[in-house]
Amino acid sequence: MSSVSEYRQSEQAVDVAEAGGIVAQTLTEWGGDEELLTINLGPHHPATHGVLRLLTTLEGEVIRDIKPIIGYVHTGIEKTAEQKSYWKVIPVIERMDYLAYYFNAMAYCGAVETLLELEVPKRAQYLRVIHLELCRIMSHMVWLGTSALDVGAMSLLFYCFRERDNILDLFEMSSGQRMHTRYIQVGGVMEDIPKGFEEKCRAFCKRMPKAADDFNALLTRNEIFLNRMRNVTPLDEKTLLELGVTGPLLRAAGNPWDLRKAQPYSSYDDFDFKIPVGTKGDNWDRYAVRWAEIYESVKIIEQALDGLPEGPHIADDRKVVLPPRHELATSMEALIHHFKLVTEGFRVPPGEVYYPIEGPRGEYGCFVRSDGSSKPARVHMRDPSFVNLQALAPMVRDSYLADLIATLAMLDPILGGIDR
Amino acid sequence: MPDATGLELLAGELRDADPDCVLDTLYFRDKARIAIRPDRVREVLQFLRGKGFTFLASVHGLDYYPEEPRLGVQYELLNMHDVDRITVTLRVPIDAPEVPSVTPDWPTANHQEREIFDMFGVIFTGHPDLRRILMPEDYEGHPQRRDFPIGGEPVLFTHQQAHGVDYTVGVDRIHPGSRTPS
Repeated sequence: MSSVSEYRQSEQAVDVAEAGGIVAQTLTEWGGDEELLTINLGPHHPATHGVLRLLTTLEGEVIRDIKPIIGYVHTGIEKTAEQKSYWKVIPVIERMDYLAYYFNAMAYCGAVETLLELEVPKRAQYLRVIHLELCRIMSHMVWLGTSALDVGAMSLLFYCFRERDNILDLFEMSSGQRMHTRYIQVGGVMEDIPKGFEEKCRAFCKRMPKAADDFNALLTRNEIFLNRMRNVTPLDEKTLLELGVTGPLLRAAGNPWDLRKAQPYSSYDDFDFKIPVGTKGDNWDRYAVRWAEIYESVKIIEQALDGLPEGPHIADDRKVVLPPRHELATSMEALIHHFKLVTEGFRVPPGEVYYPIEGPRGEYGCFVRSDGSSKPARVHMRDPSFVNLQALAPMVRDSYLADLIATLAMLDPILGGIDR
Repeated sequence: MPDATGLELLAGELRDADPDCVLDTLYFRDKARIAIRPDRVREVLQFLRGKGFTFLASVHGLDYYPEEPRLGVQYELLNMHDVDRITVTLRVPIDAPEVPSVTPDWPTANHQEREIFDMFGVIFTGHPDLRRILMPEDYEGHPQRRDFPIGGEPVLFTHQQAHGVDYTVGVDRIHPGSRTPS
């Protein structure tokens, strides 16, 4: 009893404003006329796209300073990953950025494969690309639907989620799961795509550009949407680079940095696609770059389906990859390997590796340190949402409060990835 | 990537400027790593910025328990023009975990250094706003250290408080539902 009330008391005693001087540090020599007002936006505000708290200092309706306060959905995934054998880390790491689960798994598996010096078969690389690009469209659909909702366009949410559901159907076909599919494995992918997947995927690729046309028509002829996007909260390329911003936000400012082109991984150099870039780096460019990316992703998926090579879907290294199911009944060796992999997991040579890939929000970089045992000694995800969030304050400073909501929507932060 | 030779050339130039700043170089899995003295980190990073590594992609911490010096900080630098990457690593002992902050030169390090401070207890001297970022302000300990135990975070619910019930289920009291009926 006493410990409970003590805990409550100590909780009440924490003065957030005094704990390190959160409030409006930059405004100590404020010379404006109006009185400053500091308010909380969030953590439970629908337009914060998750449990994000923004300590906002306002002069009238104009934002003078903003401090993001995060950590409300911190679940210690990086700590959890250290307690699990390598292949059991994939499910937890997929839950970091919950809209980009294929990307989290790809970054992690890529890092482990680099440590193991494991060659991934060509077919597995293509299957990975197909699912990564589907996941990118899926993530952009959620972003587009919720962003439109934030600026008052209600109906788009339902259209976007309809397309997203079609992608989730495809994920369900190939892996049995709609979200957090655990499809990408160390060495390749879990299973080959089933019969009927290709037709369904091709049908989706045919429909998606038309759907994207429709979404664009709904928004770009809408004066309210244009007014809330064009020339709102621009940020130049130099500041973005200093703040470590990557992905569509950086490309919107005119820097064509995309790891799929710059440092191709998983056979991305086999495909012909373009990188959409903006010019000003305002909200409109942020919208347009992501919207144009949908078409490029569709193009990549179609090319990958056309050129899908024959061969195994996962590497043939019995010390790392589970043996095929049918061998278990006939081969003693396969049974031993299966048992060892499931109970102990595989051992990874000692070393440290950082493996970056291009996700829907920027650079997902997975750092893995191995000490030679069957569990990673450190797993860290450089999550783009976490780094990009630092750009929010320079973006919205001296703009209207209403523009903050639109800008936050265009920033596309995923709090599961920020807090991990 | 700077290959093994390029890495040694870079390290040689660093040694020319400051004889004892580079501790070690390692070329591992096609990736250059350079280990430096912790107090020279700002100078080394500025030197590499002059060599074209103008983008700080990631800063992350790690714990080498039980080896000493235990705590490590790594800086992932990127040269966008030549598409090169290089890792700068440093290690500090656990009883004096002080590293000069690079946030004044690289604003992107702000949140990431705060995360390392939060998770490992590395103190970044000169950081403008070194506070916990993911854990609560009144949290004790640094959970990502390897000797920090897992499990047993107490969760306080209002109804438990109202009835004066102990809220530390799972730590020293088994949940009634998980008891075997006699």
